Amino acid sequence: MNEQQTLWQFMSMESDKLLSQTVQHIGLTFISLLFAIAIGLPLGILIARRRKLSGIILGIAGVLQTVPSIALLGFMIPILGIGAKPAIVALLIYALLPIIRNTYTGIIGIDKHIIEAAKAMGMSKSQILFKVEIPLAMPVLLAGIRTATVINVGVATLASYIAAGGLGEFIFGGISLNNTNMILAGAIPAALLAILLDGLLALTQKLDFKKLKKVLIFSSVFLIILTAFYVLPSAYGSGLKAGFTPEFMGRQDGDLGLKSAYGLKIKTVVISDAVMYKAAFSKELDVISGYSTDGRLKAFGLKILKDDKGIFPPYYAAPIVNQASLNKFPELEDVLNLLAGKITDSVMTDLNYRTDYLHQTPEKVAIDFLVKVGLYKSPKGGAGETIKIGSKIFGEQYILAEIYSMLIKGNTNYKVETKTGLGGTKICFDALVNNQIDFYPEYTGTGLLAILKPDNKIVSQISHNKDETYKYVSDEFNKKYKIKWLKPIGFNNSYALMMRQKQSSEIDVNTITDLKNYLDKN
Amino acid sequence: MIELKNVSKKYGEAVAVNQVSFDVKEKENLVLLGTSGCGKTTTLKMINRLINPDEGEIIINGQNIINQNTEILRKGIGYVMQNIGLFPHYTVEENIAIVPELLKWDKKKIQDRVYELTEKLHLPANSLKLFPNELSGGQQQRVGLARALVSDPAVLLMDEPFGALDNVTRTSIRKEFKDLEELKRKTMVMVTHDVEEAFELADRICLMDKGQIMQIGTPKELLFNPANDFAKKFLDGQRLALEFKIVTIEDIWEKLSNRSSINKGLSADISVWDAMEKLRNNQAAELQFSNNTQEYKSASFDELIKAFNQYKNFTKHE
Repeated sequence: MNEQQTLWQFMSMESDKLLSQTVQHIGLTFISLLFAIAIGLPLGILIARRRKLSGIILGIAGVLQTVPSIALLGFMIPILGIGAKPAIVALLIYALLPIIRNTYTGIIGIDKHIIEAAKAMGMSKSQILFKVEIPLAMPVLLAGIRTATVINVGVATLASYIAAGGLGEFIFGGISLNNTNMILAGAIPAALLAILLDGLLALTQKLDFKKLKKVLIFSSVFLIILTAFYVLPSAYGSGLKAGFTPEFMGRQDGDLGLKSAYGLKIKTVVISDAVMYKAAFSKELDVISGYSTDGRLKAFGLKILKDDKGIFPPYYAAPIVNQASLNKFPELEDVLNLLAGKITDSVMTDLNYRTDYLHQTPEKVAIDFLVKVGLYKSPKGGAGETIKIGSKIFGEQYILAEIYSMLIKGNTNYKVETKTGLGGTKICFDALVNNQIDFYPEYTGTGLLAILKPDNKIVSQISHNKDETYKYVSDEFNKKYKIKWLKPIGFNNSYALMMRQKQSSEIDVNTITDLKNYLDKN
Repeated sequence: MIELKNVSKKYGEAVAVNQVSFDVKEKENLVLLGTSGCGKTTTLKMINRLINPDEGEIIINGQNIINQNTEILRKGIGYVMQNIGLFPHYTVEENIAIVPELLKWDKKKIQDRVYELTEKLHLPANSLKLFPNELSGGQQQRVGLARALVSDPAVLLMDEPFGALDNVTRTSIRKEFKDLEELKRKTMVMVTHDVEEAFELADRICLMDKGQIMQIGTPKELLFNPANDFAKKFLDGQRLALEFKIVTIEDIWEKLSNRSSINKGLSADISVWDAMEKLRNNQAAELQFSNNTQEYKSASFDELIKAFNQYKNFTKHE
């Protein structure tokens, strides 16, 4: 009951967003459906005329249908960029198969004597098509459109990955923020929409031919109006455009903070981080919410805007070690501290760039780095006990795990086992607490917000200052979990707003406050 | 009116229609008769070019139709088919009005014509707003015929028009059709595999086998002067019944005895079969007939059979 209420509260609180997302969702669904009908119907008619083509065309449409939706959206980006266009094309492709197939089946299923009678009465080919074939195929054809509509309502949730909006913004935002109400606020309307549209189309299927004619005329007008819903809002405004991840949109140390602390007003789309950097590079977006040490920062020539009001909590990386392991491996702490302060933001960005963009292996990147800073020693090949290193499932953590592994092998007689790719924070941390691993690199911000989760008062007190944050997590971890934070490695992988370097210097925007002032002026 | 000259149609190696030639006079009803696969339907469908002939000429009203626009050609030819082929999404009224709509007649004229035909074809007036699937088979066939007749085409093609009906409905509708004024002024080509139907409706019969014409002639010619073994054997099973049905009182007039005492009687146009049926049904000893020269004759059952036998022997030796 309590859950119900808070969901209701969430929905009424976010009713503006909910409404605009629903409208976008309907718009996306129908505009793509309209195009799918415009393409699928003639194709279906064509293959009903030339049956030899039916195998090929149905085959191609079938193959397209089986491409996973995320992958399809991915393929679209290099060709069509981000936003509505690729989303509509992807949805259109999904809607195509049922429409083509049902048009074809509907037409070839017509009693051939009826067609012969039509011919014998002197009807032309187009008269036969419009007066006989399409009306008689209509029930089957509508069933196809019905299937396509329901598919589209579902797939349209994924459109939020590429900044096309829709109810997916809440759904995926809710998933990354572990906010059930937010997920439901997107999922329930999407499900209702599917049921409603399916029901409406089911009704039209039951009508007889007379009424159907009227309904069809009415619904095509309706369709065009719905389509306009989507086209109109996306047509407004110029100026700078921001793309934020669904997670960033819902966080206090994200979009909400930008609004409350800086009063930043910028046209914003929601987009998956997988395509965000590329979109900024290709000028589809001007401002994005990235991670400050991401390799793509360097690859795409992006620049971080200084967080001059300190709304993004510090995410300084440091190895965290189980106290029991420190006792067991006395040399461990000193070895790990060799790296303390050695990797700055720009160095980490460069290392990430090598793996993410140049596709070098983490081992190679680790060796090259250690050789460069003079810490590399060839492995002693010791026969001591085994240290288990953990890492989360992304490039930066792989590199750090490799570096630590080499440092331990070069400086001690311990053996090393790396357990990379341990999923998210929770899995890594649980493994550490349960002695499955001895240490892994963690970030102060994550320790504070994802593991300790103190109340907002403490967060706002300490999260402006990196040293206070470090001290707080370090004390609390020791107290609560008997886990020790060693010295920070040096870089801060926090949230950051970034722009293209070129644009930033052109409009002379270097901090978030600069950005706000620039936006207010223009 | 309709003339076919050496018309052939092949499907790959198989010859469906082989060098068929015949002509149909104005207002004549030519029946194409034969077993399934003899090429009769293919021949019919070439006349409105639902099937295009490979060879030969088809001339309607002096015009070779092979190069004519098919849509214009077909609008001028009525077509009735076994499967009726009514549009399930059109009401009866709309179904009948298809061709006039295509010809862009004005609304009033279309409506009047539709009402006229429904009356003539004994379709209930309330059936006009119904859909075809709400009618009985016999009614559907009437609608099919109305649809073919609506623009009053000079030529009517019928492909097994009664084929989808049960025997009882079939016999009664056939009788009705035979007496229909609208049909009497049409030049008709009709396809059937039913010998009785062919003999009842045809002015001339074109008997076909394996894509070729075996014999063309009046029903009497086919019965009494078969051109070949095939023609003879084809009718053998029903020969006696057909003969009784085809020979009229007029034919055997000379063989019947005079009755000067009477001054009214049945028309001599009726068949011997019908006369015998009347004798049986009325349980009368004699029937009186009058011919168009105001002569009067009468006959009992036995006298009818005797006269018929004499006529038959005479015809055969002719």
